[in-house]
Amino acid sequence: MKFTIQVNTGPFTHQASDSAYRFTLAALESGHEIHRIFFYHDGVNNATMMCAPPQDDRNLQVLWTELAAQYELDMVVCVAAAQRRGIMDKKESERNGKEFANIAPGFQISGLGQLVEAAVASDRLMVFGD
Amino acid sequence: MATLHTVNKSPFERNSLDTCLSLCNNSGSILLIEDAVVGALRNTSVSERLVKAIESGVKIFALGEDLKARGLPEDRVIEKITLVDYTGFVKLATENDRVQSWL
Repeated sequence: MKFTIQVNTGPFTHQASDSAYRFTLAALESGHEIHRIFFYHDGVNNATMMCAPPQDDRNLQVLWTELAAQYELDMVVCVAAAQRRGIMDKKESERNGKEFANIAPGFQISGLGQLVEAAVASDRLMVFGD
Repeated sequence: MATLHTVNKSPFERNSLDTCLSLCNNSGSILLIEDAVVGALRNTSVSERLVKAIESGVKIFALGEDLKARGLPEDRVIEKITLVDYTGFVKLATENDRVQSWL
């Protein structure tokens, strides 16, 4: 079965990001397909590579990046939500006159249309948030 | 059409479980995750409502890992609530025709 996962909260505000990660992992291990993971609202904070939690804390960005590499996942970050929160790739950073890009490997910036397309193309849309 | 409802707020903090119960028909399933797992315990102000829903045909589940993370022992859970793990969560999502997240 084809799933799309929507993540609406950041890794340090609510359990939802962890729930989304654990669900995604369990779905993949059960042999299901993840069509897309869409990071929306504060969920875009999962995608910054500038996050450096203590070593005994889980680093969800790294976990997502590793999972995406292992299973070739399509992880999309909402462009409008990302710009507000300072999550940018090189192109967006240059366009906004900023010095750095901080989007982590495996994530890409795109629009809300990607969420709509994913919802239509998938059997189930799973929303995780506060 | 069967619907899986996921509820993630404690019923002692928000009324999403209550609203979900009033809209869930008897072919539906409710999965309690995150803070909502406290609602799965016996002898609380919401347990009678949950037992009644189960008796009318609603299937109620709770995520065992989230109970454990909160230090809540399984033996305090209402007998007719089934505990699942994340694989069970995925299975519930596939067995129902759609999933409604009560955020």
